Amino acid sequence: MLQKTYAGVTVDVNEEGYFTNPSQWTKEIAAEIAKEEGIATLTDQHFAIIEFLRNRHNNDEALSIRSINHSGVLDVKTFYQLFPGAPLKKATKIAGIPKPASCV
Amino acid sequence: MEQNYPIKKVNIICAKGAIEDVYATLVMGNGAVMEGIETNIFFTFFGLDAIIKKRMDKLHTGVVGNPALRLPGGLRMPTLLGVVPGMEAFTSWMMKGQMEKLDIPPVSEFLDLITAGGGKIYACKLAMDMFKFKEDDLSEHVSGILTVGEFYEHAGGEGSQIIFT
Repeated sequence: MLQKTYAGVTVDVNEEGYFTNPSQWTKEIAAEIAKEEGIATLTDQHFAIIEFLRNRHNNDEALSIRSINHSGVLDVKTFYQLFPGAPLKKATKIAGIPKPASCV
Repeated sequence: MEQNYPIKKVNIICAKGAIEDVYATLVMGNGAVMEGIETNIFFTFFGLDAIIKKRMDKLHTGVVGNPALRLPGGLRMPTLLGVVPGMEAFTSWMMKGQMEKLDIPPVSEFLDLITAGGGKIYACKLAMDMFKFKEDDLSEHVSGILTVGEFYEHAGGEGSQIIFT
C-alpha cells in the first residue's frame, strides 16, 4: 500500500493519490492536498461542499455532477469555479474519499 | 521516453434526434467538461431537436426496426409490436425512468450542467434553415448558429478531436 505524508500525518493512498481510508482525513490535510492541486486556499465554500461529498460517501450514495447541483450547498457553476479543471476528481481527492466511478 | 498526447479539446457532432443518439452526445460532452477538456457540441439535422426548447425534453426512441430493443425481462421486442399505438411513448417513458435512476438528467438540465462547466453548444445553420427554425426556438444554452466552415474553425487546435456520435 502507498503512503503519503500531509501536515505531518502519514495517510494511505492509492496510485492516483486518492485516500483508501477516509477516516485519516483532517482539514489541515485537505489544505495541503489542495495546494498540490493548485488551489492556494480553501474557503468556507470549499469546506461546505467537501463536507457534502464526505457525507454522501459515508452514506454510500453515488457521486455525480448532478448531485452537486441538488446538494443545496452550491450550484455546479460555482463548483467548477472553486475546483477549476476536473472539479469532481479534484474535490474528492481533497475530501479524502475515493475517486467517483460515475460517468455523469 | 514515452510520449503522452492528452485530449485537450473535443468537438462532438450530433445529427440524430432519438433519445439514445442525443444522450450519447450529452454524456460524452458532459464527461469531457468534467475532465476539464474544452468542449464544443454541434447539433445538426434531426439532432437539432435536442436544443429546440419545445422538443428537447420530449424526445423518443425508435421502436420499429430497432433489433437491439428488448422487453423488460430481456426478450427481444418483435418489430411489429412497435406499430401498436402508444408503444413508442411507453418505451421512451421507460428509458427516461431508467436514466433518472442513474442520475442522468433530462436534456434541458444536461445542457445546463454542460454550459455551467464552460462547455459550448452550437446549432447548424443549414439545418436551421432547412427545418425553418428561428433563433427564438433555440434553448438559451446555445452559444450560436454556425456554418460548417465556422464549426471547423472552432474545432482547431493542438490535441483537438472531432467526434461524430
